[in-house]
Amino acid sequence: MSSRKSKSNSLIHAECLSQVQRILRERFCHQSPHSNLFGVQVQYKHLSELLKRTALHGESNSVLIIGPRGSGKTMLINHALKELMEIEEVSENVLQVHLNGLLQINDKIALKEITRQLNLENVVGDKVFGSFAENLSFLLEALKKGDRTSSCPVIFILDEFDLFAHHKNQTLLYNLFDISQSAQTPIAVIGLTCRLDILELLEKRVKSRFSHRQIHLMNSFGFPQYVKIFKEQLSLPAEFPDKLFAEKWNENVQYLSEDRSVQEVLQKHFSISKNLRSLHMLLMLTLNRVTASHPFMTAIDLMEASQLCSMDSKANIVHGLSVLEICLIIAMKHLNDIYEEEPFNFQMVYNEFQKFVQRKAHSVYNFEKPVVMKAFEHLQQLELIKPMERTSGNSQREYQLMKLLLDNTQIMNALQKYPNCPTDVRQWATSSLSWL
Amino acid sequence: MAHYPTRLKTRKTYSWVGRPLWDRKLHYQTYREMCVKTEGCSTEIHIQIGQFVLIEGDDDENPYVAKLLELFEDDSDPPHKKRARVQWFVRFCEVPACKRHLLGRKPGAQEIFWYDYPACDNNINAETIIGLVRVIPLAPKDVVPTNLKNEKTLFVKLSWNEKKFRPLSSELFAELNKPQESAAKCQKPVGAKSESAESPSWTPAEHVAKRIESRHSTSKSRQTPTRPLTPRARKRLELGSLGNPQMSQQTSRASLDSPGRMKRKVAFSEITSPSKRSQPDKLQTLSPALKAPEKTRETGLCYTEDDEASPKRCIILRTRIPASKTIDIKEERILTPIRGGQKSSVMPSVILKPENIKKRDAKETEAQNEATSTPRHIRRKSSVLSMNRIRQQLRFLGHSKSDQEEKGILPAAEISESSSDEEEAFTPPVPKRTPRTVSRNLRSSLKSSLHTPTKMPKKSLKPKTPRCATPQIRSRSLAAQEPASVLEEARLRLHVSAVPESLPCREQEFQDIYNFVESKLLDRTGGCMYISGVPGTGKTATVHEVMRCLQQAAQANDVPPFQYIEVNGMKLTEPHQVYVQILQKLTGQKATANHAAELLAKRFCTRGSPQETTVLLVDELDLLWTHKQDIMYNLFDWPTHKEARLVVLTIANTMDLPERIMLNRVSSRLGLTRMSFQPYTYSQLQQILRSRLKQLKAFEDDAIQLVARKVAALSGDARRCLDICRRATEICEFSQQKPDSPGLVTIAHSMEAVDEMFSSSYITAIKNSSVLEQSFLRAILAEFRRSGLEEATFQQIYSQHVALCRMEGLSYPTVSETMAVCSHLGSCRLLLVEPSRNDLLLRVRLNVSQDDVLYALKEE
Repeated sequence: MSSRKSKSNSLIHAECLSQVQRILRERFCHQSPHSNLFGVQVQYKHLSELLKRTALHGESNSVLIIGPRGSGKTMLINHALKELMEIEEVSENVLQVHLNGLLQINDKIALKEITRQLNLENVVGDKVFGSFAENLSFLLEALKKGDRTSSCPVIFILDEFDLFAHHKNQTLLYNLFDISQSAQTPIAVIGLTCRLDILELLEKRVKSRFSHRQIHLMNSFGFPQYVKIFKEQLSLPAEFPDKLFAEKWNENVQYLSEDRSVQEVLQKHFSISKNLRSLHMLLMLTLNRVTASHPFMTAIDLMEASQLCSMDSKANIVHGLSVLEICLIIAMKHLNDIYEEEPFNFQMVYNEFQKFVQRKAHSVYNFEKPVVMKAFEHLQQLELIKPMERTSGNSQREYQLMKLLLDNTQIMNALQKYPNCPTDVRQWATSSLSWL
Repeated sequence: MAHYPTRLKTRKTYSWVGRPLWDRKLHYQTYREMCVKTEGCSTEIHIQIGQFVLIEGDDDENPYVAKLLELFEDDSDPPHKKRARVQWFVRFCEVPACKRHLLGRKPGAQEIFWYDYPACDNNINAETIIGLVRVIPLAPKDVVPTNLKNEKTLFVKLSWNEKKFRPLSSELFAELNKPQESAAKCQKPVGAKSESAESPSWTPAEHVAKRIESRHSTSKSRQTPTRPLTPRARKRLELGSLGNPQMSQQTSRASLDSPGRMKRKVAFSEITSPSKRSQPDKLQTLSPALKAPEKTRETGLCYTEDDEASPKRCIILRTRIPASKTIDIKEERILTPIRGGQKSSVMPSVILKPENIKKRDAKETEAQNEATSTPRHIRRKSSVLSMNRIRQQLRFLGHSKSDQEEKGILPAAEISESSSDEEEAFTPPVPKRTPRTVSRNLRSSLKSSLHTPTKMPKKSLKPKTPRCATPQIRSRSLAAQEPASVLEEARLRLHVSAVPESLPCREQEFQDIYNFVESKLLDRTGGCMYISGVPGTGKTATVHEVMRCLQQAAQANDVPPFQYIEVNGMKLTEPHQVYVQILQKLTGQKATANHAAELLAKRFCTRGSPQETTVLLVDELDLLWTHKQDIMYNLFDWPTHKEARLVVLTIANTMDLPERIMLNRVSSRLGLTRMSFQPYTYSQLQQILRSRLKQLKAFEDDAIQLVARKVAALSGDARRCLDICRRATEICEFSQQKPDSPGLVTIAHSMEAVDEMFSSSYITAIKNSSVLEQSFLRAILAEFRRSGLEEATFQQIYSQHVALCRMEGLSYPTVSETMAVCSHLGSCRLLLVEPSRNDLLLRVRLNVSQDDVLYALKEE
């Protein structure tokens, strides 16, 4: 009886949990404009007022939204646009053009994209396929035609704005800013970038035409707010179908946020990065540990996820190496110690390895040179060592100069966790003189 | 069919009414109104811009119909001085017989068609105008009334472009619907000035009036199209055409009621204590007694003739619109005199006005004499020419007389103008302008009408194929909101795009450039000029202003006509495209860059047909630099040819551009006519801001001064200055508690705006970075201090970082984490880092000064 009951319970749980995972994963992966904004109210107001003025009054503007990656620039603009489009008289009166510096890598492509997004090709059929020069004059002509009161305002959103600044002559930016500063079609140019030195990238004429409005997003929240965000991000919404489960889940989240070990984990995470995306990553890993048999998150889940997050990637690679490869790395480490970070070649490493093998012949099998060479090349493929200059076909591989891309502490830490490491090897690692 | 009197029966004298519009420097003469006096009867018709006129042709039965767009004077053609620009309409009988079937129905007897054929010459001799006619636009769904008795009312429903009939576009329809509105608009500037001076005193009244105004226009536009169909309206029409339709009688009637009208207006404006005096007046007009036929007839006429007198319009309206509206009208009627009274007592500008008008009059007479022209077809042209010859002989008879009469009209004209000014002054979107801008206003309308193939070939060739139709961003369905508060108004005026009516602090430069180009035009030679200056010092704006003035001068025939072309190096994809652009703007041809260069060289370098001077503005010259410098060479070489008659104005930022980047042979051809625009000083910036804001009290004086000083100290860029002020108004608005009572922009607000725009964000960025990022920065500083270099590899910094973390009790940072931190700082450009594939060996540098980093880290 009881077993059946628990079974049905777990069934319900499984259903709920799949929903929970769907909701939360969506929240972590997509920057939906429905989620709340954290601590950017002032900036948000500035931006939305500016957009409204463009939409309603036909005032041209240009603004840059600057903030480190993951600080919510795109979310901010999406929020503002969503709110703007909800105003009835605006929604059919505003045109939007979204450009991304990673997609529109030069002005030619960008112009075509603008023409396409403005649906201008409908006006003149095949015009969008014309030459670059034609496109430019066509678009400029089109934008010149309008005036403040009668034309539809156009909102240009330039993601990765700094990349547009690398286009030749900055023609696109010059023209966009020029339009925004002259009595033509009202446009708002909104650039998103993570570079703080963005203004130095702009050419002086372009810079003069830019209005110098900057909205900075700085992640300026403290730890208590971070915990609050953590709580909000994990909590289930009120419209979750199974109220009882949602209540339980939210209670658990509340309990978690007060747990000391959880706070420690969060504190560590917070001190590394204030980026909300990294928090999402952590929560995602934690969420993945939730199953029907383990329906609620625990502090241990979070700690393990945190460990996964902060794992050193290279140490992980070292764990998977063979003993021979480990020996080669140790030899390289000694060479680095002896020659003070000077580059080495295969022959030097091989010699060092030979010395060790001769002393401690019983612990490591004496491999032939081609085998050692193979292991050396494997290390190079794993990018644990890096050639100093490009490999040219004719140079002898044994004498190519290499550098080790592992830090001493990394090697020592990796060795400690390395399974079944021969004691002699471990000793050799700690002291270059141990073979004497 | 109606029988219209023409020259055979009566002689007419034509004279301008009102002053010519007068520019600051130039003698550009356009007129608002023309007076036609018919010999033999002591009456005269006043024809105003925007009204519909009959123009004599070879068929007396059916004179041509047109809408008057502009009256101006043309000196270049001595025998005929008064000229007019019109928009033609065609009668059905003027449509070629082979195409008449395209209409697909039987045309109404009085139906005419909007003539949408740009190739047709719309520049005519003003003295071919016979008189006024009434044209009523019909909405597509309306039926053309066929059996009207009044032959002087015509209906326009479709447009004809020599290919097919089309319904009138909605804008066109609206425009036709209220021709007088547009005419009145042109006059606003005079009044605008006075309004801004006294604005605080009558704001409430203004609001009421504005509301009424808008209701006016809407009710009017709503009603007009259906008017011919309503029985009442038709009755009025019949009344209006009572008796016979002979022109002479019509004119007599017009002139009969026009004195009366003037008198009433005079009386109106003389009322200084309006609340008492105007009350009875209003009552009087409201009384049904005045709705007598005589009255309505007058209003009917009045509608086409003169809508400027606002009281008049009220009366018309009242007869037309339902009773519920009368209250509003009453209000306005009370208000109008108040304003009029105040104005005349307070404002000196009103006193100046009569003189103004008279001056224009005088000019106009000359101008109109000049105007002969070629109306649309050759047959028209020939008939007009012959007519002119006859009129020439007759003219001297009536000339002196008309002059006298003009003087008599003056007071009335003044008043009607001022009253219309008042009306117009209430539309806040239009920036207030001084009289000088009137001409600009006009010029723009003129320009649009100028785009006929004969005058400007570059434009005419555009509509060659439908594919070349000029693209346009679709227009908004809802009109843009107008500024509601003082701050919003200020923001509008401070926007860089707002065209100032003059360019303060650039008078000398303006004069120099103007003189240079003018002298070249007058000498019919060519030349080059190089203009330099840092961005935002008004180079392009000044040149544009010069060109605007010169174009007006050319219109007034003070300088020979010229063609103005503008290219911008930044708006080209590639330097050689400049040839393509020049050629296209010059002749409308399209060609590849090489071919265009050849064509241009041929045009400018071979002695051939005499042509008008070309003025070429090359903005952002430095971008036309190529390795061989052939473009610059050509641009500067062409003017040296005698036949080219090319004036090249070049603009760039650096003063020594010719010496730095140009080959000797190029810079030699550029010559030594240089001009350099100095960055604005703080007092100049202050003056610019003040002139933009004018009377608008939105800023504290100190706030303006602060911005001006800050900008002058940094760059002297006027754009920056305006942007900061604009931002300051926003900050002021945000900080305001009550939105309805915005205060002044104070020093604090502008200080905040300045800080926002100029302050570097590095320090805040460092302060807000995470603990690990901060300690990484510390590690960098420690490593730099240890090595004594400004650069370190990641590995070195990492060891420092680990040590630091250990000291501060932070958890041990792995290489991956530290690398993430490093690249994060690198993406913000707090650090300069190599691509991360170098891994441990990547070199790191600080992008901020070490002191800044220390300062930012110490703060907490």
